[in-house]
Amino acid sequence: MTPRRAALIPVYVALIFFAVITLIPFIWMITSALKTPEDYFTSFFLPRGEGWGGIAWERLTADNFRRLFREFPIGRAMVNSCMLASVTSTLATFICAMGGYGLAKFSFRGRTWLTSLVLGALIIPGPLLIAPSYQLLWQLGLLNSYAGLILPAIAPAFGVFLFRQAMLNAVPPELLEAARIDGAGEFRIFFTIVIPLVRPMIGAFLLITFLGAWNNFIGPQIALQSPEAFPLSVAINNLRGLHGTEYGLIMSGTLVSIAPVMCLFLLLQRDFISGLTSGAVKG
Amino acid sequence: MKPTRLHAAWAPWVFTAPFLLLFLLFTAWPLLQSLVLAFQQTFGPRSTRFVGFDNFAFLLRDPLFWQAVRNTVIYTAGAIFVQLPVALGLALLLNRPQLRGRALFRLIFFSPSLVGLVFVGLMFHLMFQKHTGLINAGLHTLFSSWDPEFAWLDAYIMPSLIIASVWLYAGFNMIYFLAALQNVNRELMEAAEIDGAGPWARFRHVVLPEIRPVAGFVVLLSVIGSFQLFELPWVLLNNSGGPGNNGLTIVMYLFQTGFLTGDLGYASAIGWVLGLILVGAAWAQARAARKEISG
Repeated sequence: MTPRRAALIPVYVALIFFAVITLIPFIWMITSALKTPEDYFTSFFLPRGEGWGGIAWERLTADNFRRLFREFPIGRAMVNSCMLASVTSTLATFICAMGGYGLAKFSFRGRTWLTSLVLGALIIPGPLLIAPSYQLLWQLGLLNSYAGLILPAIAPAFGVFLFRQAMLNAVPPELLEAARIDGAGEFRIFFTIVIPLVRPMIGAFLLITFLGAWNNFIGPQIALQSPEAFPLSVAINNLRGLHGTEYGLIMSGTLVSIAPVMCLFLLLQRDFISGLTSGAVKG
Repeated sequence: MKPTRLHAAWAPWVFTAPFLLLFLLFTAWPLLQSLVLAFQQTFGPRSTRFVGFDNFAFLLRDPLFWQAVRNTVIYTAGAIFVQLPVALGLALLLNRPQLRGRALFRLIFFSPSLVGLVFVGLMFHLMFQKHTGLINAGLHTLFSSWDPEFAWLDAYIMPSLIIASVWLYAGFNMIYFLAALQNVNRELMEAAEIDGAGPWARFRHVVLPEIRPVAGFVVLLSVIGSFQLFELPWVLLNNSGGPGNNGLTIVMYLFQTGFLTGDLGYASAIGWVLGLILVGAAWAQARAARKEISG
């Protein structure tokens, strides 16, 4: 081993220590979800027993998951969450990409003004809008409808800002001019030239808005009233109100809610991390 | 670079129109409304009464509001002085070209950021339990003197919140720091090393000045995020402010007054005071950044 490599040993030790701490809550959640109520109280992680590795594998059970889907409308809430998050993220990505392109690559009167509007909107605290949004939804007749939850969420100023930054960097104006001289229409240019050039940002922003909509907790509680329409975030939290002591059940619900976004992240992670930092570091 | 004008005049407006229309309807209009509401007393969505500055005057004398401000400030301090140093530490550990498995470590540290605040609240609510929670049980196993009935969620609400937030956000901010560290001038680092600067001197005089703009950005984001803290304590403390309202934050108080008490006017006044605090923070950050550039 070279001295340089040896110097890395304490670094590995520290990293593994922090990685274990980071993973423990996940491991605890997974094992708790697989245990019977009795085993929940008698063991931290997996129950001890005669099985391979000193663990009572045969005592693990999928009962919590079975109950979750049979006795509670979790399947329904999952469909609601999928629907809400995919519609919201697709529309938001589309609208923000268009807006960012409009601001980044056109010269027109009002451009400076519009750009400052977007920048200013970044510091408006969301909670300030809770009360009047409730009134507005009521006036528009959108209370207790998905439209009331989706429409306010699909034009975030920070999305327009992110796409503006990405397009300033990634879309050369000569390419657009050449396409126009060749007679391509504006929408054709947008879809066939601009969108492919900012593909990493599209992936990152889809994931950001999907996560935001999936985990949204205040929004549904304000815009929705009937429990059948609740997404997972609200449904799982309400589960605790009725079955506060059934820890395994709550853990399985939490796991069911986290797993889909984890999978989505693993698919999109490369785009996500580069998109996330491009606005902060390069811009 | 200014784009040259070759396109039809309508094109930029068509591209920005969907955003602009939705923004005006669902952000600008409610913002104006919230200003009007802040001067009204409301009883549900239908009946309102103009009360002038009463809401703000009441707010200044409202002990619960000040308690919420105090709690929020403590949490924000935790974010800046505990969570961000952990994030920077992780980034420094990972920022070594010879390190193997960097992508895997990065993925592990980042993974908590994918878990929604509600679910983090639920997980930590169970982990902080007195007898059955993992944290007390684990600490008791490691240090037998640790009291397994340590009352995290009664007597130590703010430390509990800060611990949960470190787990949740350190990996996220690490990504920003890591990106900044990778832009640090290599030659400058090598020059410092040749000149005999130790690790601390190199960090203090080479790394820190170079990552300062990103650090300022991350601090501002953390302040803005921390001041808007709601879901995590709300769920962690069982849909309340916790015993003695010791975990009540500004936004929790806003939510309680607006939607549990039904006084949207008072809730809006709270929201505007919060908005002014955040504008102040953004302004201070912009000023500090400008000062640095001009020397």
